[in-house]
Amino acid sequence: MAETIPLDRPLPVGSEGRRSGGWWGVLALIATEASLFTYLLFSYFYLASQTEQHWPPEGLPELLVPGVNTAILLTSSVCVWACERCLQRSMMGWSMAWMAFAHILGIIFVAVQLNEWSKKAYGMASNLYGSLYFTITGFHMLHVIVGVVILLVLLLWISLGYFDHRRYAAVTIGGLYWHFVDVVWLFVFTTLYLLPYVG
Amino acid sequence: MTDAAKNTSGPSLTRVPEMGSAPIGSAAERRLAELWESTPGWRGRLSTVDHKVIGIRYLVTAFIFLLMGGVEALIMRLQLARPDQTLLTPEQYNQLFTMHGITMIFLYSLPVLSGFSNYLWPLMLGSRDMAFPRLNAFSYWVFLFAGIFLYCSFPLGQAPNAGWFNYVPFSGAEYNTGPNIDVYALGMVLLGISTTVGAINFIVTLFRTRAPGMSIGRVPILVWGTLTAAVANVFAVPSVSLAFFLLWLDRQTGTHFFDTLNGGKPLLWQHLFWMFGHPWVYVVVLPAMGIVSDALPTFCRHPLVGYSAVALSTMATMLLGFGVWIHHMFATGLPPLALSFFGATSLVISIPSGVAVFAWIATIWLGRPVFNTAFLFFAGFVILFAIGGFSGVMTAAVPLDLQLNETYFIVAHLHYVLLGINVFPVVGGIYYWFPKFFGRMMNETLGKWSFWVMFVGFNLGFFPMHLLGLLGMPRRIYTYAPHMGWSTTNMITSIGSFIFAAGILIFIVNLFVSLRRGSPATANPWDAPTLEWAVPSPPPVYNFAVIPLVASRHPLWEDRIDEGGGRSSLDHGYLLMEGRETIGTTALDAIPDVILKMPEDSYAPFFLGLFNALLFVGMLLHWPDFTALMVLACCVSLAVWMWPRKALLQRVPDYDKGAAHG
Ligand code: HEM
Repeated sequence: MAETIPLDRPLPVGSEGRRSGGWWGVLALIATEASLFTYLLFSYFYLASQTEQHWPPEGLPELLVPGVNTAILLTSSVCVWACERCLQRSMMGWSMAWMAFAHILGIIFVAVQLNEWSKKAYGMASNLYGSLYFTITGFHMLHVIVGVVILLVLLLWISLGYFDHRRYAAVTIGGLYWHFVDVVWLFVFTTLYLLPYVG
Repeated sequence: MTDAAKNTSGPSLTRVPEMGSAPIGSAAERRLAELWESTPGWRGRLSTVDHKVIGIRYLVTAFIFLLMGGVEALIMRLQLARPDQTLLTPEQYNQLFTMHGITMIFLYSLPVLSGFSNYLWPLMLGSRDMAFPRLNAFSYWVFLFAGIFLYCSFPLGQAPNAGWFNYVPFSGAEYNTGPNIDVYALGMVLLGISTTVGAINFIVTLFRTRAPGMSIGRVPILVWGTLTAAVANVFAVPSVSLAFFLLWLDRQTGTHFFDTLNGGKPLLWQHLFWMFGHPWVYVVVLPAMGIVSDALPTFCRHPLVGYSAVALSTMATMLLGFGVWIHHMFATGLPPLALSFFGATSLVISIPSGVAVFAWIATIWLGRPVFNTAFLFFAGFVILFAIGGFSGVMTAAVPLDLQLNETYFIVAHLHYVLLGINVFPVVGGIYYWFPKFFGRMMNETLGKWSFWVMFVGFNLGFFPMHLLGLLGMPRRIYTYAPHMGWSTTNMITSIGSFIFAAGILIFIVNLFVSLRRGSPATANPWDAPTLEWAVPSPPPVYNFAVIPLVASRHPLWEDRIDEGGGRSSLDHGYLLMEGRETIGTTALDAIPDVILKMPEDSYAPFFLGLFNALLFVGMLLHWPDFTALMVLACCVSLAVWMWPRKALLQRVPDYDKGAAHG
């Protein structure tokens, strides 16, 4: 067997895209974080299915603002993707612009979401729904904030000239995390905003 | 295409890894040692990322926790030795059995296995370190700090007191007003971080850093066991972290997750806890079974019978393990259909475990066993495994469980499982790998004594507990009345416990004696088949002077058994010495894929771990400003850690920045 393994090919050295350890690491991180959100939503469904309370307390949720906000978050994901594409072609100016744009969209999402929170008539401790609503969206908010900081740091690194088409694993890895945060939001959004219309 | 052309100003982005050999004492070997050596003194101790150092630290720390938990147990056994004793108050007894459970389950049984795996994986896989050496250091530090955190309220008489599975409502703010449960809740979230990053490290290490030719079907069973446990942890730990976090929110911010008065459900706790808890039981036994599957064949002079069957059954056990959590909740009034389903899975799960038992028995049968201490521990383990498995199958039967639930039958069962399947293989594993760890053999006479004393003491201490259970003695009671008819059995149990403890003591004495005066060990004193025995004992800092090329499951037994794959090459292989380097291979076939740059020693893991722990201290003590400051400190440590480095080729080297390529 040892003979059939090619041993004299030139190999990339160091953190090269999807061959880097970090890429594998973030995939595993996403698996565990996805489980965390699964358990959170499980708790929501478990409690909601047995409740005798008014659910959600304020009646069916208003969809316009959260809907637009969802679109904003998804657009931000697209920007990160575009940033990576530009890096692959060594278009540094563009990649910086896309990353900056993604970052700003992330901040807008946070601002809008904070505003949504302040409009609620109840808090964490007022009732069971409030506990669930604020914990679930709070967990997600925490991930968005971490993500926004990551995007900012990536922007800094790109502008310092650390990356070009040959080495940009950090952007791939950070970007994947951001896509994950955005996809999770779709599940949270569906659970908290859309399903009440169905059930 | 080839940047491989020599360039003096920095490392190149691709190159053909150079082949060669580097015997001890050669210039190449000295250069490697220099590259991988840590700074001496406390600086090196805080910053080292060497998996061997971290592995030993895990083993020693976990063992100290075992002793602490053991002392707690002995105090309980003193209290229970005779009826109507007053050595302990009920509250003290509660705290003792809770801390005993927490310590044994969370601070001893998994970390000790992580210790073995940390030390052995890179050596077994033919790599120079784990995939993420700094993450490895981080996971150790967080484990240590979480252990200290969980014990911080013990001296104040405010330790967790609601049992290790901490059911609400008893652990809720209403019935448990002190800091006891908050310590447990936050400590477990902290420990969860350590477990998770450790698990991620194992998974990536397995898929990325095996030596060329070590395809997935050639890795030792210990690796399978730890991998399965790691995958389970990645999916299961968030559940318990979340449960504890929600509990903490309930207690501290007045949320209503478990609060019955406001629509919360205490059963939610049980679901979240056991979705984690049952896979966890397998997490703490599968790697230990791996230890046996790897070490037993060495002493039987025969390869493990049914390698593939054992590897597959390891994973099957875990898959089923996710489907049996309900069996801890049979007595909670769930619908009968659910009970039947989960009861059936619980019975089925004994099948894959049976496969492993038969594989071991067949290996012993077909081989020519060498009856030394390590073998005794593994053989003893097989017997205890059978007994523990049997009483387990009994409680999987729903009607019987309703009868035995919360009696000493359960206590007996769980000790047979945990001591039998974890402690015995672990001690056997130490006897087996001690020569590799420290370059000295352990004393056989003391070794045999330690085994027989432990084995006899254990059975004397725990077998009668089955009887106590059938006689109706409930668990978790701090004393009992003389006329219950439990007195003699309890006395025997207590005596057995102390005999068992004496056995452990002999083992510890043996450790120290052998460290000092053990006869020097050769590279392969047991004539074992796997790669870790190809390097000197103790292994040099860089592990393998050249990355070996592997051609079979038993690289060191190839002249004896022909597996038809050709010969492994152990002295001639990749040199990889332009900085700390190792080879990255493809996930299944282990074909060379990338030259991995390994990080230098770093303080970042220690400080991130420290700030992370202090953050939890801030939360516990309600110091918002301090907590915020620690969040900031964590961010800074992370930034330092993650900053892309030229030396690791995480960013483009300066010398040809902007140069056109194509
Ligand atoms: C010298 C060895 C040991 C002795 C004498 C001992 C004794 C005891 C006793 C007396 C209890 C309390 C029973 C009750 O009141 O309900 C207990 C509980 C327990 N023990 Fe041990 N034990 C020993 C070793 C271990 C080990 C090595 C483990 C795990 C690896 C372990 C895991 C547990 C667990 C999980 C509990 C249940 C705690 C709870 O009820 O919350 N024990 N043990």
